Amino acid sequence: MARRARSSPIRVLIAKPGLDGHDRGAKVVARALRDAGMEVIYAGLRQTPEDIVDAAIQEDVDLVGLSILSGAHMALLPKVVRLLKKRGAADIPVIAGGIIPDEDARRLKRSGLRAIYGPGTSLEAIVTTARQLARHRA
Amino acid sequence: MSPKSRSPTTARAVQNGDRRALARLISQVENRDPAVRPTLEALYPHTGHARIVGLTGPLGVGKSSLINALVNLLRHEGERVGVVAVDPSSPFSGGSVLGDRIRIERASGDDGVFVRSMASRGHAGGVAAATCEVARLLDAAGYGVILVETVGSGQVDLEIRGIATTSVVVLVPHLGDEVQTLKAGLFEIADVFCVNKSDLPGAEEAAKDLRELVGLGPPRGGWRPAVVTTTALGGTGVADLWRAVDAHEGFLDESGTRHEVERRRAREEILGLVRERLDGDLSARIERDPEVQALIDRVAEHSMDPRAAADHLYRSLRRSR
Repeated sequence: MARRARSSPIRVLIAKPGLDGHDRGAKVVARALRDAGMEVIYAGLRQTPEDIVDAAIQEDVDLVGLSILSGAHMALLPKVVRLLKKRGAADIPVIAGGIIPDEDARRLKRSGLRAIYGPGTSLEAIVTTARQLARHRA
Repeated sequence: MSPKSRSPTTARAVQNGDRRALARLISQVENRDPAVRPTLEALYPHTGHARIVGLTGPLGVGKSSLINALVNLLRHEGERVGVVAVDPSSPFSGGSVLGDRIRIERASGDDGVFVRSMASRGHAGGVAAATCEVARLLDAAGYGVILVETVGSGQVDLEIRGIATTSVVVLVPHLGDEVQTLKAGLFEIADVFCVNKSDLPGAEEAAKDLRELVGLGPPRGGWRPAVVTTTALGGTGVADLWRAVDAHEGFLDESGTRHEVERRRAREEILGLVRERLDGDLSARIERDPEVQALIDRVAEHSMDPRAAADHLYRSLRRSR
């Protein structure tokens, strides 16, 4: 099992959809996933849902992690899930973190987001979920 | 479905522009999945058409930004462009952060561009073990120009020469005096020198030093490397850079040296694949064999010389083959 993990690391796309310019959280998560042995494709700021889906497909990632603080999560996050499905990539799970009210988080999960994280989430929790989601996909 | 019956389907999908199939195949090649072999064999005869341009040089000189500028230029000319961008893997966790994609504006929304980030996965030499094969898959998928960005390279990360048909060494002003340019390694593999960030003071001096270097000896294999200056972020000089690459590709065809380059590439690749397997065998042997463990102990206790231990192991490996 350990050997397999070494030969095929989990690949994760980290991106920020929308227009807010605060990428510290995304960078902290990217670094934590790197330190957990994952290959993190860091796409950075101001990505459209189309950009994110294109990148997820070209990079053949096992997981997409989105960070959003602008308040536009209800518009942008379900769109990423929908576009992945439309492009035949519904098997790639999407998780998100940011300032997202509980009620919105519930609705986002119903729309196909696999996990939603708020401020104060431990990095261990994110790493564990990332591993689980990526493993179930493979 | 068995891998065998699937292989022609995957090969056809890749050739027909199925980006998901291509991306998955790349992952399998990176992961050294033996099941892809029939697919690779089916695709190999359809490769060898692309110009594979390597961009190498120290970290922070602007390789990704130059790639971005080249992609824009080439797309303008209607060329389909593939990009393979390599970044280092952590020697501690094995993980990596691949951040080259961020600079490439057309990495998405354009079916004529395919960008793939690769982690070096412990391979030295400035690229990953699978970079050559991945570049070839993009070739098979119909990308006419493939830009390969190495990790921020040192003086001896020269493997790009075994992958690219044209190697561009990217530098910036004030990396050192002209004696640096005389040193062996990186400066020897350039088909084209590119002094980027040419808006900074010292760019002309750096270009002059390089031109002098190029003029010091006879041209290698009949080719004298071109020296261009660029400002990737403003797009200045990027057309000159591409003209220099084009001139080198033209030289390869006209002088008949392309065949030599292909042979060099083939040789490097075959040797690399064999080395990878031998290395795997050797590591497995070292982990498992109690006799080898005993040798390690003796060397660690300084009761045996490391060369004597290596002789032992080498002889026993040859016998077991």
